[in-house]
Amino acid sequence: MRLQGLLAALAGVLCLAAASDPSERLSDPAQEARARAIFHDVRCLVCQNESIDDSEAELAHDLRQIVREQVHAGRSDAEIKRFLTARYGEFVLLTPRLSAGNIALWAGPFAVALAGLGLLLARLRSRASDAELTEAELQRLGRLSSEEAP
Amino acid sequence: MIAEIGAFALSLALALSVVQVGLSAAARWRRSVVLAAAGEGAAIGAFLAVATAFAALMHAFVVSDFSVANVAANSHTEKPLLYRVAGTWGSHEGSMLLWCLALTGFGAAAAGLGRSLPRGLRALTVATQGLLGVVFLAYTVFASNPLTRLDRPPVEGRSLNPLLQDPALAVHPPFLYAGYVGLSVVFSLAVAALIEGRVDAAWARWVRPWALAAWSLLTVGITLGSFWAYYELGWGGWWFWDPVENASFMPWLMAAALLHSAMVTEKRGALPGWTVFLALAAFSFSMLGAFLVRSGVLTSVHAFAVDPTRGVLLLAILGVTSGLGFALFAWRAPRLAPGGAFAPISRESALVLNNVLLAAATATVLLGTLYPLIREALTGEPISVGPPYFNLTFGPLMGLLILVLPVGPLLAWKRGDGHAAARRLRSAALAAAAFALLGLAVASPARAAGLVGLGLGAWLIAGAAAETIERIRLFRVPARDSLRRLGGLPRGAWGMTLAHLGLGIFVLGAVFETGWKAEAAEALPVGGALDVGGYHVALESVRPVDGPNYDADQAVLSVTRNGQPICRAEPERRTYAPGGQTTSEIGLCYRGLSHLYLVLGERRETAGPPTWLVRAYWNPWASLIFAGPVVMALGGLVSLSDRRLRLGVGRRRERPA
Repeated sequence: MRLQGLLAALAGVLCLAAASDPSERLSDPAQEARARAIFHDVRCLVCQNESIDDSEAELAHDLRQIVREQVHAGRSDAEIKRFLTARYGEFVLLTPRLSAGNIALWAGPFAVALAGLGLLLARLRSRASDAELTEAELQRLGRLSSEEAP
Repeated sequence: MIAEIGAFALSLALALSVVQVGLSAAARWRRSVVLAAAGEGAAIGAFLAVATAFAALMHAFVVSDFSVANVAANSHTEKPLLYRVAGTWGSHEGSMLLWCLALTGFGAAAAGLGRSLPRGLRALTVATQGLLGVVFLAYTVFASNPLTRLDRPPVEGRSLNPLLQDPALAVHPPFLYAGYVGLSVVFSLAVAALIEGRVDAAWARWVRPWALAAWSLLTVGITLGSFWAYYELGWGGWWFWDPVENASFMPWLMAAALLHSAMVTEKRGALPGWTVFLALAAFSFSMLGAFLVRSGVLTSVHAFAVDPTRGVLLLAILGVTSGLGFALFAWRAPRLAPGGAFAPISRESALVLNNVLLAAATATVLLGTLYPLIREALTGEPISVGPPYFNLTFGPLMGLLILVLPVGPLLAWKRGDGHAAARRLRSAALAAAAFALLGLAVASPARAAGLVGLGLGAWLIAGAAAETIERIRLFRVPARDSLRRLGGLPRGAWGMTLAHLGLGIFVLGAVFETGWKAEAAEALPVGGALDVGGYHVALESVRPVDGPNYDADQAVLSVTRNGQPICRAEPERRTYAPGGQTTSEIGLCYRGLSHLYLVLGERRETAGPPTWLVRAYWNPWASLIFAGPVVMALGGLVSLSDRRLRLGVGRRRERPA
């Protein structure tokens, strides 16, 4: 079933890069480029996992039109994204916001990296100091050698 | 009849796996060679039984026996033979059977090839592998049996989806599954070592070939899947940070980390706990992938059949097996000997840094994949995590990894000479900087991130060269001596150099393609043309094509550059009869390493003559994206053939001369 399901989903997907459709384009190339950049960050809400830049769904078409109109009207990227989130929720943005709720998401990987580095440094430091045998180890060595002696 | 034999063989395999666990565990407990041999026999028997079931299912697909439910749902008499064969693993049930085939196959291999392992460790490994077999075979037999019959078989199968009929898609699951499941042996070895309470250099040496084989197979599987997406989806892209892609990428990252940390454990006896942890984690990520892909908890462009019951069962399997593994780890790992000390500038430090960065990269992929689920469960508010997130987190971590990568192999174990390594890498750094500057001069428009990427790719390639030059003492000893050294390099060294070189090749391709791809789309009438990346693409004609089960428009596009003819491409837009699904068959023109990627879109009626939407992508150096991983996998295989790793070699050497 798995591959059949995949195909069914692909069917909607296969004729992609819908955003480059010439009939939708803005006449000013600079504005069009800005709109395309925004498209990459906006999710097609009814699709499986696509940006509106890729999707041919009706809703994606409408969203592209909204974004293009707002770009044409001279709104900033942030304003347009605010408008979209107010209307559709944070789900619409493919880049999660840097907010308290997403702190684990954004900081997680770097926390793992820092924790790893910390452990490495701790190990380097502790190992540097105990290159010599500790008291306990000396005693154990003594015990072992006396056990083996007879 | 054959399907019944298969179904019986599958149940027999489950019984044999139970026997395998019992006998091998008893063999360890009673220290009995006879019981151990019997357990190994059961492992081989279980594999043969699953192979019989697999052959029976394949037979049912080949002869189109629609009385088998799975065949009726997933095949059709009009399918070409190759795709009927591939249909065996095309469905959920069949792919679980493939998973079991690989699992018992690796179990049998571990039983048969592990003769150099200490008896206790070997018996426990076979027992653990058997336990995994029991769990997954029970799931297959009771929850997703591919060999159940239908009371009233249909005359014709239900599926003839030509999109699937593609060689890369047909062969990529076996590679992917062999890779996923190859990590089960590493998992079993880790569990066995934890029970034995002994993780030493010899153990790490036994882990290495299995990890290498699994990692290489996974590399090939992921690359084939990516290549299929590239030319079949028609988006011009090759990696989408889709949950299903991520599911295969996480075990790959973990296996790569394991290969490096096992080296530290093997050479210096250090990091035993971490290496065991990675061995457990790598297969856990494989199982997580199997769960994510089949449960439907994540939305993905590869929409898999959603079946909550099966999902819950797979989640339970994942929870119990990795849960037990990590619980054992938490209990036994503190007692493992910490191993030798090393200085801040040393091979060990470099490899630990590699592991830290790979672990952080895996955390990125894991968080990006699962965070939307967690967030929604906690707050009820859904969020999306898309490619921009991964570019901002995974990208810098990988950049850092690539930056330190060429330094590692030039440092000595225990205490390295940083200055000497820096001296040896000076030319490599200069070459990388020169390459990036060349990129700045040639490529337009200039993109800072792209230039850094090109420099990093060149740095990897130059670093691999510098490392080989250092090994053969080129320019420092007479050329003949260098040549002799080159011939004498161990395969393990070649493998490493190839793998690092392959990564460099991939990075160059990925950066070039991402940073400097050009795209154009126009609604063209016949005779119209568009320009992309310096090429002129003219629509010469469009003709209808009558396919076996589809109708298509096939365009003839002629490509010229400065008036010189370059190539012709015939992309199609197909419409499949019953569902009206449309797909595109892209046209590819290879120009050196670069691709001109041509897609025919929909037909539009206008006031004048009809037009067709034509999309053209200029994908510079795109071939390197796929060539790089092939070189990496090749490196893994070359390293696997190293005499030192060949199982049983050590034993032969121990014999008196």
